Amino acid sequence: MPEAPRVDLLPRLGAFARLLHDAGLEAGPRRLTDATRALGFIDLTQQDDFRSALRSVLVSRKEDIPVFEAAFDIFWAPPDPRAPAGIIPGRTRSLPLSPERAKAWADALGLNASRMNREQNPDEFPASSSGYSAEELLRHKDFEEMTWAETEQVRRLLEQAPWRVAERRTRRLRPSRAGRIDLRRSARHAIRSSGELMTLFRRKPRVRRRPLVLICDVSGSMERYSRLLMIFAHAIARREDLEAFVFSTRLTRITRLLRQRDLDRALDSVSKGVHDFSGGTRIGDALGDFNRRWARRVLGHGAVVIIISDGWDRGDPARLTAELIHLRRSAHRLIWLNPLLGSEGYEPLTRGMAAALPHCDDFLAAHNVAALEDLGRLLAGLDSRTTR
Amino acid sequence: MSAPATIEDVERRLRERRYIGDRSLATSIFLALKLEKPLFIEGEAGVGKTEAAKVMAEVLGARLIRLQCYEGIDLAHAVYEWNYPRQLLHIRLMGEGEDRRAAEREIFSSEFLLRRPLLDAIDNDDSTPPVLLIDEIDRSDEEFEAFLLELLSDFQVSIPEIGTIKARQVPFVVITSNRTREVHDALKRRCLYHWIDYPDLDKEVEIVRARAPEAADGLAREVAALVQGLRGMDLYKVPGVAETLDWARSLAALGATRIDPGLVSATMGAALKYQEDLDRVREQVPALVEKAKRA
Repeated sequence: MPEAPRVDLLPRLGAFARLLHDAGLEAGPRRLTDATRALGFIDLTQQDDFRSALRSVLVSRKEDIPVFEAAFDIFWAPPDPRAPAGIIPGRTRSLPLSPERAKAWADALGLNASRMNREQNPDEFPASSSGYSAEELLRHKDFEEMTWAETEQVRRLLEQAPWRVAERRTRRLRPSRAGRIDLRRSARHAIRSSGELMTLFRRKPRVRRRPLVLICDVSGSMERYSRLLMIFAHAIARREDLEAFVFSTRLTRITRLLRQRDLDRALDSVSKGVHDFSGGTRIGDALGDFNRRWARRVLGHGAVVIIISDGWDRGDPARLTAELIHLRRSAHRLIWLNPLLGSEGYEPLTRGMAAALPHCDDFLAAHNVAALEDLGRLLAGLDSRTTR
Repeated sequence: MSAPATIEDVERRLRERRYIGDRSLATSIFLALKLEKPLFIEGEAGVGKTEAAKVMAEVLGARLIRLQCYEGIDLAHAVYEWNYPRQLLHIRLMGEGEDRRAAEREIFSSEFLLRRPLLDAIDNDDSTPPVLLIDEIDRSDEEFEAFLLELLSDFQVSIPEIGTIKARQVPFVVITSNRTREVHDALKRRCLYHWIDYPDLDKEVEIVRARAPEAADGLAREVAALVQGLRGMDLYKVPGVAETLDWARSLAALGATRIDPGLVSATMGAALKYQEDLDRVREQVPALVEKAKRA
């Protein structure tokens, strides 16, 4: 048996696990035990091995690797003796800590707090004065004109909405009265009854709801809709298999941020986690980013993709077309929601919209609850319509 | 063969079997062996995840048992299945007077059991614990993941007619994922985690030399540099190391010892698998070749 790690290392390891925990990694007692055991097997003077060992035990997701590396640098990495005096290598990366925690850790580790705290985005959703409307009125009221209290009502309306996303057949089979013969069960039964195939059991594919992927434009021109659309996303995330992304100049995945049960906390983390709310729009680039980085991961199992944007695009329309064609090919269905479609006399004439239109399966409005309910009906009935 | 005693030992043995990996991978493998925990390897397609498990089996002198996952994979395909046609036949051929109870015991014995990879890995009599490769777990579904979670915590399987079979020796488990979806945290928590990145140029040249020795040294370097250049481009499907190797082998098979724009254009299907990517790269072939030769 190798020697146990030096005793004074254990409390330090515990503190390191707490730092990772504060930075959003799951570093519970079980992992800590594993880390302690792992360190017993390696040469602690080899810093790279020490780092790799802790990484393989304390990280289990690629996205968490940079956070781990930053935390490791801040916590363990001593200044490289070969580096010129005055430079602390590797201590420039920032950690996603809340301001209070960052301050506490900086004090504990004797560091400058600015090194630890990630830039905070002051953008908040605009809150306005209160008001009240009857439900039916609310259903048809444009999101743009809604007050804060009305948006609360909308949230309740959306949560009660009766629709669910359509199902698809999976490759997994389950027992059923009709369908293909289940040889396994039939034979098993036959063996029990002296080898005669008395009963034929059957099975058919199980059905599952299709995953939804929401790609939402939160650029400047969409600003007045973005809070409502986030409420919409949160309401769906509560009950469907949803992957959500927002973009203005770049694409950010907000799936995990939306998972919080409490709407306000979810919205708060979205606004903190997304750094380019109300920026310019490059739809083509954002979709390109999605196609390359995310499509293979989130478009399995016959996903339905919903893009919400007004189509005001400062990017290259040719790029947008190319990315949409690619996206449509890898999605079960591609739906474009445009809040402007609800306004009177609107024609999809913006360059982006004109480029996008021919490549979407559906083009719908998204300016009020009634429009979102139409979307719900479409999603619920997807397979009863012939697609493409 | 004895288990590796140090990280260096793992590194050396991998290298002897022409697997060129980082020291951090060797560290993860070493710890997985020592802590007796499964190793969860993630990375883009074609970075050598499956290969790592295969080489591990060789390194340990163990049998490799591979389970390829797919959507809808179930226990009948992963663990065991009774050989029903044989059982039925056996029962039909039995004389009237024979003891049915004894017959039933007989047909539910291991002779009529079709052992699938997971049962094979658990119920093993190998002199060295086998390496169980659960490949591309991201293709399976949540039900199967939940089952694996259970299996990996107690390494036992229950077969109602036979009883519970517990592993006498725990296999070394390697799980790979291409990240086409997120695997559940509970499963990952049971494992050590390792992310395999694309290698840098020198490492990739080394890999090509080790795994495609038919490619001349100059060719190996230029192809590796070319692929490194492609990885910097905005492509739908970035070529992995497997593609670099395919490409080097194709060029070597054509008798090439250096690359040129004509050869590259003719063979780049070995590395690029989307029409849009081929079109995008085609215009830039001369510049890419030029840059690769200077690398």
